[in-house]
Amino acid sequence: MFFKQLFYYLIFPGFLFASVVGLLAGWVDRKVSARIQYRVGPPWYQNFVDIIKLFGKEIITPPGRAFTFLFAPLMGIVSSTIVASFLGLVLLNSQSIFFADLIIVIYLLTVPAISLIIGASASANPLASIGVSREIKMVLGYELPFILSLAIVIIKAGSLRLADIINYQLLNGSLALSWSGAIGLIVAFLCIQAKLGFVPFDAPEADQEIMCGTLIEYSGLPLAIFRLTRFILLYTLPLFLIIIFLSGDIKLTSLGIKFLLILVAIILVKNTNPRLRIDQAIRFFWKILTPLAVLGVILAFLGK
Amino acid sequence: MSIKIKALSKSPWVFHVSAASCNNCDIEILDCFTPRFDVERFGVQLIGSVRHADALVVTGVINKKTIPLVKKVYEQASKPCLVIAVGTCSCSQHMFRFGYNVIEPLDKILPVSVYIPGCPPKPEAIILGIVKALGTLKKK
Ligand code: SF4
Repeated sequence: MFFKQLFYYLIFPGFLFASVVGLLAGWVDRKVSARIQYRVGPPWYQNFVDIIKLFGKEIITPPGRAFTFLFAPLMGIVSSTIVASFLGLVLLNSQSIFFADLIIVIYLLTVPAISLIIGASASANPLASIGVSREIKMVLGYELPFILSLAIVIIKAGSLRLADIINYQLLNGSLALSWSGAIGLIVAFLCIQAKLGFVPFDAPEADQEIMCGTLIEYSGLPLAIFRLTRFILLYTLPLFLIIIFLSGDIKLTSLGIKFLLILVAIILVKNTNPRLRIDQAIRFFWKILTPLAVLGVILAFLGK
Repeated sequence: MSIKIKALSKSPWVFHVSAASCNNCDIEILDCFTPRFDVERFGVQLIGSVRHADALVVTGVINKKTIPLVKKVYEQASKPCLVIAVGTCSCSQHMFRFGYNVIEPLDKILPVSVYIPGCPPKPEAIILGIVKALGTLKKK
């Protein structure tokens, strides 16, 4: 029993599976981006090589703060792995492990951002602190519409359990086909873009402006862990979106097709938008997405 | 050849150190990332932070003001880290060698693995230089 649990969390559908799929999804991201810019793009194993290379590099820690600095990336990767295994197990067994596991998933999905904030603050770099302040504002911005969009699902399915949400959609068709569900899908999709730190909302990590911001002081293994966390999220978040809004049909092929479609949609949004300033991003989340999500909640109450 | 070195030679992330160059070399380096040359095919990425760097690409004449800065940047990079001198300026000080503030060439300060001469070198030459630098890595 214990070993079975360990297998679930470490190998399938947990850490190993999630990172392999995530790294491949990361390659799809780089390849599609390259094709959009009329480039050839890297070979499929590029992300694996990047991670292996980072394992072999020197680790530089800020003096006196090494523990927090090295502990933060672990926090992020553990929580994203747990979410990946939860979602995988729900799809495999179609029964939830916990009562109200949706709430736990919402909490755990915030932890990677918090780990980034803690780690970057520990590095005491001025550019990292700019990144941290932007990341905090970004979290404040996207969490509200994200949770409101999930509230639509909770109202429609009448349950906090992922398994019940899937069963509801298996019986009644995908939630995204109803008006409130469609609104929820759009809002959650844009929030996921911000959770992944992709381009319209990548102000915390702006490469050209504050030099990778939050990640600026990281090198070697901890950097590899942060990147791996990002890749696991690139697998987990689209899957979460599918489970919540689009699980009218959860055969393996249709899951794969939906995953690829959402992934490519994320990449297209990433490649066709300029970076928003942090105040613009927050205005977008609070003044446009939040009222939209509230409208969705009202529609869901009316049963639309 | 160990797997670490192999991985390093497949994904070199370069950090661009512009130490008092005339900007032409910098533009030619950026050219390597355009659709025509696309060095991302070989896993080369231009990154923003020295801590992530596997190779420093140094351009320009190293002078009295920039010597401490270049040294500091090299110390901040996580090792193993290559140094590639791009442009005649950083290879051999070019026509500025008799300048009042030009003291030492780059290879007296940092362990340079590859010199890419030219004023400015063509993107093809830069790509060839990077390939050669990775070759020296494999020999070590
Ligand atoms: S080598 Fe030529 S192009 Fe390059 S920095 Fe020196 S003068 Fe400028």
